[in-house]
Amino acid sequence: MNSGLIFSQLMFFLLLTAGIGLFAYRIRQLIAMIKLGRPIGHVSDKKQRWANVFRIALGQSKMVKRPVSGLLHVVVYLGFVIINIEVIEIIIDGLFGTHRVFSSIGPVYGVLIGIFEVFALLVLVAVIVFWLRRNVVKIKRFWHPEMQGWPKQDADLILYFEMVLMSLFLVMNATDVVFQQAANGNWVSAHLYPFFASQSPGVLHGIERTAWWLHIGGILVFLNYLYFSKHLHILLAFPNVYFGSVRPKGQLPNLASVTKEVRLMMDPSADPYAAPAEGAEPEKFGASDVTDLTQVQLLNAFTCTECGRCTSECPAHQTGKLLSPRKIMMDTRDRLVALGAQKQSKGPSIPDQKQLLDGYISREELWACTTCNACVEACPVSIDPMSIILSMRQYLVMEQSAAPNELNNTMSNIENNGAPWPFNQQDRGNWINES
Amino acid sequence: MAELTHIPTWAECQAQGRLPEVLFWVGCAGSFDDRAKKITKAFAKLLQSSQVSFAVLGAEESCTGDPAKRAGNEFLFQMQALMNIEVLNGYGVGKIVTTCPHCFNTLKNEYPDLGGRYEVMHHTQFLKDLMTSGRLKVEGGHFRGKKITYHDPCYLGRANGEYEAPRVLLSALEMELTEMKRCKSKGLCCGAGGAQMFKEPEKGHKDINIERTEEALSTGSAMIATGCPFCNTMMTDGVKNDPQERSTPVMDIAELIAQAADL
Repeated sequence: MNSGLIFSQLMFFLLLTAGIGLFAYRIRQLIAMIKLGRPIGHVSDKKQRWANVFRIALGQSKMVKRPVSGLLHVVVYLGFVIINIEVIEIIIDGLFGTHRVFSSIGPVYGVLIGIFEVFALLVLVAVIVFWLRRNVVKIKRFWHPEMQGWPKQDADLILYFEMVLMSLFLVMNATDVVFQQAANGNWVSAHLYPFFASQSPGVLHGIERTAWWLHIGGILVFLNYLYFSKHLHILLAFPNVYFGSVRPKGQLPNLASVTKEVRLMMDPSADPYAAPAEGAEPEKFGASDVTDLTQVQLLNAFTCTECGRCTSECPAHQTGKLLSPRKIMMDTRDRLVALGAQKQSKGPSIPDQKQLLDGYISREELWACTTCNACVEACPVSIDPMSIILSMRQYLVMEQSAAPNELNNTMSNIENNGAPWPFNQQDRGNWINES
Repeated sequence: MAELTHIPTWAECQAQGRLPEVLFWVGCAGSFDDRAKKITKAFAKLLQSSQVSFAVLGAEESCTGDPAKRAGNEFLFQMQALMNIEVLNGYGVGKIVTTCPHCFNTLKNEYPDLGGRYEVMHHTQFLKDLMTSGRLKVEGGHFRGKKITYHDPCYLGRANGEYEAPRVLLSALEMELTEMKRCKSKGLCCGAGGAQMFKEPEKGHKDINIERTEEALSTGSAMIATGCPFCNTMMTDGVKNDPQERSTPVMDIAELIAQAADL
């Protein structure tokens, strides 16, 4: 065995360990941030949840509701999953100094690689179409105010990454002289080979090796890029769908903390002068910051890939109001990341002046929601922007008494006479005798 | 037109030792809003003509708490819920039908957790069942062949997945249903939900009810059908903005069936 090969094996080992190690560290950071939210307690309906994961996440059932972007996405998704089987071979080759270790299995190998090559080409085409939709066709939902700056760069960067990775894979195969001569699975790369054929074997080998290293290196870089990107959805979509609601969309959970108080209030035998238990902190109702939200709501925020289907279906947004459900999710995530970074920094903790309410999400946005569930219906990965809006309304109303004036009137009517309008409850049956 | 015969309250029935088959939950709009009261009466007539033994709570009914909950006032919602549940459980109510999708959603989905477990139906579901079991005859009458579009109330459709019952009834009315592009799970809100009914909308370039009514009118329908008193108000307001001044009627499905049968 020559020393060069051993050196490259060692390099590969270090690269792989660093890439995966750093990724594991990022995932732990991510989990730590999600754990800043309120725990959700017991998770029931496991069967239904797994069924949702298979249908909505693995089966992409909601993606294809919009056929063009849906089908293109299915191509990229399938391509991503299938081509990554090839990464197993790359890792074994890299660690043990072999070359195409699985090629010994014969014709089956050719079929597999052939399929990978076809998918690589399809993904490349789909990703180019995605780029055109964003940057040339300029589809409206990609150009909203919340998409300026990093979100726009992020979206384009992901597409460039994928274009480069797919091209490297095809170039790597096209310049592998032994692979081309064996003609076992070079379904696409055979058509690229003529462009390289005039080069000397040494140059070809050099290109092949470079493409190989850049391909696996690129994958590891991309893996670690996820943490900073909306592209996290490729991992989080699965747990997010699992933890998504399995109730009818109209059903809002009843706050248990409120039930406790209301039952006490309505219980004639309760002691009105009873002091609260020693050291018991009164519970906060609703959410003014990310730490008041549930862990599922925070997982929602990291899962959002900013596709904007929610916003494009939102009646408030469609009629020019400030509310954009996608922005609610992005704000929640950005605030959580800022808070997470603050908690991590070793220095003296600076009291935080900013919070999710007012610092990121304005009251005007919150009060524009009609709770119609269009955003929830539209999300391909079971994100619920409406639940965050309602949690924040709960804080505004129950902790701050800061509802819009007309709603205060409505609520006092309900309280006093059991209807949103100032009619006497005794008159509720009057319609019976009116002609 | 047939007149309504006396509608008993549950208390009256109990005093007479009768247990009605179903409670008709009228709701705030159905009790107090002049337009919605017509829907209430039309539905009551259909119940009477189908020989359904039903009662109302009358003065013992109170807001379900839906607008309070959606405005963020969980306290007020749960107070209302617990009071209503006390009344309903006290009477041993088992089955509830309501003409309001908001009441329907709250009673069906949010009360069980607080101790109120009932079989809850929207009136279009109830009417469909009456029709299938042969107790209610639904025929087109003078509506036969008329072009109509149907607006899905969010709290019946997306919130509870009921898209079919209203459409089955419309087809029994032999009307020509022309769907809007945004229908069923993609239906556009009328703008009233989430307590918006009771406040001015936020600043924008258009009101939601105008956007929705324009879409309904663009189908060229002679009538707009819906199954919610709030949607009805919003769309009726929207129709007033029609530049062609067609005064397209906005009708509840119960009203259509009652009118077709000349009740």
